[in-house]
Amino acid sequence: MDLDLTREQKILKRSAQDFLKKECPPSLIREMKDDERGYPQKLWDQMVDLGWTGVMIPDKYGGIGGSYLDLCILLEAMGEVCCPGPFFSTVVLGGLTLLSAGTEEQKGKYLPGIADGDLIFTLAMIEPGIWYDISKIAMSASIDSDDFVLNGTKLFVENGHIADYLICVARTDSKDASEAGLTLFLVDNKSAGVRCSPQKTLGYDRRCEIVFDKVRVPKSNVLGDLGRASGIFDRLQEQAAVAKCAELVGCIQTAFDMTVKYAKNRKQFGRPIGSFQAVQHHCANMVVDVDGARFITYQAAWKISEGLAASKEAAMAKAWTSDASRRVTSLAHQIHGAISFAQEYDVHLFYRRAKACEVAFGDAEYHLEKVAAQLGL
Amino acid sequence: MEFGFSQKEIEFQEAVEEFLKKELPPDWPEKSRHWPGGYGTIEMPNREMADTAREFRRKLAQKGWFTIAWPEQYGGKAHSHIEQAIFDERMSYFRAPSVGIATRIAGPTILRFGTEENKQDWIPRIANAEIEMWLAYSEPDAGSDLAGIQTTAVLEGEEYVINGQKVWSTIAHLADYAWLIAKTDPDGHRHHRVSLFVVDNKSPGVTIKPLINIVGVHSFNEVFFDNVRVPAKNLIGDKNAGFYYLMTALDFERLLVGIGGFRRFFEELVEYVKQMEREGKPLGKNHSVRVKLAEIAVKIEIAYLFFWRTAEKLDKGQVPDVESSVLKLTTTELSRHLANVTMEIFGPYSQLVTESEWTPLRGMAPRGYLDCVSATIGAGTSEIQRSIIATRGLGLPRK
Ligand SMILES: Cc1cc2nc3c(=O)[nH]c(=O)nc-3n(C[C@H](O)[C@H](O)[C@H](O)COP(=O)(O)OP(=O)(O)OC[C@H]3O[C@@H](n4cnc5c(N)ncnc54)[C@H](O)[C@@H]3O)c2cc1C
Repeated sequence: MDLDLTREQKILKRSAQDFLKKECPPSLIREMKDDERGYPQKLWDQMVDLGWTGVMIPDKYGGIGGSYLDLCILLEAMGEVCCPGPFFSTVVLGGLTLLSAGTEEQKGKYLPGIADGDLIFTLAMIEPGIWYDISKIAMSASIDSDDFVLNGTKLFVENGHIADYLICVARTDSKDASEAGLTLFLVDNKSAGVRCSPQKTLGYDRRCEIVFDKVRVPKSNVLGDLGRASGIFDRLQEQAAVAKCAELVGCIQTAFDMTVKYAKNRKQFGRPIGSFQAVQHHCANMVVDVDGARFITYQAAWKISEGLAASKEAAMAKAWTSDASRRVTSLAHQIHGAISFAQEYDVHLFYRRAKACEVAFGDAEYHLEKVAAQLGL
Repeated sequence: MEFGFSQKEIEFQEAVEEFLKKELPPDWPEKSRHWPGGYGTIEMPNREMADTAREFRRKLAQKGWFTIAWPEQYGGKAHSHIEQAIFDERMSYFRAPSVGIATRIAGPTILRFGTEENKQDWIPRIANAEIEMWLAYSEPDAGSDLAGIQTTAVLEGEEYVINGQKVWSTIAHLADYAWLIAKTDPDGHRHHRVSLFVVDNKSPGVTIKPLINIVGVHSFNEVFFDNVRVPAKNLIGDKNAGFYYLMTALDFERLLVGIGGFRRFFEELVEYVKQMEREGKPLGKNHSVRVKLAEIAVKIEIAYLFFWRTAEKLDKGQVPDVESSVLKLTTTELSRHLANVTMEIFGPYSQLVTESEWTPLRGMAPRGYLDCVSATIGAGTSEIQRSIIATRGLGLPRK
């Protein structure tokens, strides 16, 4: 057993951290929160140059052919600085779906664009009244000569306002109300009938409502087989949930580090606040949360990376990490006191980001239910 | 034992409610987006609301309800503290523009400890709602440890000269006077070197700089005092006894928990949940949602009982100290719990800040999730309240 990263992985992590520390300071997050696109092109270009957008894409499509664990390492580093931009939606949601469900032709057409940073992807899944359960999706996709015609509303589409392509889950069999009637589509965001309204969020990410009004999608843009969305989606959700955990591990590590440093330096009653037992216990609880999150996330990521069955570990990772992140960032505020309530101080950036990641791809309760199912209950 | 109100109290409660319904616009409770327990969402989002609030306060003062539990000789109505509590509960339930620091913190402290001159100078003006104050306690290096303040007040002839910096000064930019603590004896014991003053914001040398909080609201400020001259008679009570007065002032502050705001928001939340569907089923039938909401209901009930208890103690002529801390701790931790539960229940919908068709309860969830951070910090952190309960309350040794 070896619970640590390999030498190469450590180098990757270190270099990503060094790069982001320099290029993605908190001032950038603040600048970008009101920016229309939500991220600076320069940072994106630099990430592309470093090969990050192609991290899991094989050589022949222009990527660097790394592993899922490599991807998670990058996400952890991004989480440490609350890095803005369409990396997650493009590389994780777009890239992984294409890799697992795309035809050779589709891969050849889109993956090089992802690797060289030209294309932005995202996933359009949730609909009004739906939290996480894809079986209840109502968006209809009816056949009309060589096209499918999509009608319906999608919510919380990350970066929907800037994406080139939307991976969209829709119902191709109106008679079958279960998961079996669902199909994945690759929708060109410029198609006639797509209407997007971006909304502001707690986590400073861009979430859009997208209304599809008779949007025509060529048959060649079906991803995977007809009626087979759920298998692909389950896998994607598992990978995306663990990827979110990786981001969270970075996010709460920074919040934790800032807090311990503050507890050592801030003095009240003539001594560091970290010398008070109440504060020490808070810090110790944070250690359990942060370390627990890291190990359980790495375990799931390693299993996925090795191609092993990871449903249980992934659900456990997202369940623990979601709750742990809320506790850690909340305590970070508590230990900092009033200064953390000032916008110009950085703690809330992590508190917001953690909350956004917590609800993405299933919250703790959703994943605990999965764990219970794994127990045979 | 009697857990209900007397006939007189019920009538008073009805009178307050009638007044609120008559004098506040019907949509006020919806528009006012204050998060229960929070200290950071006190804004009046537009001019119209600010005007309505001013007008409402004027009417309250006219009715004598600014100072209902004060003795009649000082412009009060000599109501019981239970009635004061009933009034506070209804006010906060309607999210009415609150009755401020001058009436509820400075006023009662002056009544208790002030000189006759202090009372003459300040009490009538407070009772008539002519002036509002802000709390000038915290400094960059003195938060939980208020005895560690560095701001000094030095007597020069008939005036004190004040130098130093205050921070997290809520509504300093809207109020007229600072209710300020400063060091008056550089060599004294840390609990016997501080005095309380009332300082005019308009004095030369006072500079107020806005701080924006994480909700995005300008609620607090940094305030600098540079050779600010204050008439010596603005010293409250005795010199160097300020720390002792301050402890009582804090006990009064911790009674101002806006208890009705919890019930109000909770009712709105329950109504919303009843109408919301999740994945084709009524959200209110979801087991975990039911348990979460029921837990909140129990906690609100407990908080109310702690609230009435403090009023009862005041009616016995005592200042609730440990009881204030228990109340403050309970309600502000509830503020956080309520925000967490609201966020959890709304899942992905909880993220929406922009008001839209998909945003539950006017975006109160993320607003509360941010503001609740301030609840367990402001007016003494939860850790400090627990220490007060353990040491002052239970007599557990400090060392
Ligand atoms: C929204 C808001 C509004 C405010 N408005 C005002 C105002 O109008 N006027 C004003 O004067 N002040 C105001 N304050 C300041 C408030 O009173 C202080 O924040 C509070 O007293 C805590 O001080 P601090 O923030 O400096 O934290 P610190 O005292 O630095 O505490 C940091 C952490 O250490 C812990 N800690 C400190 N000492 C101990 C101990 N002995 N034992 C255990 N744990 C300890 C605390 O609990 C906290 O978790 C406001 C604060 C907020 C958040």
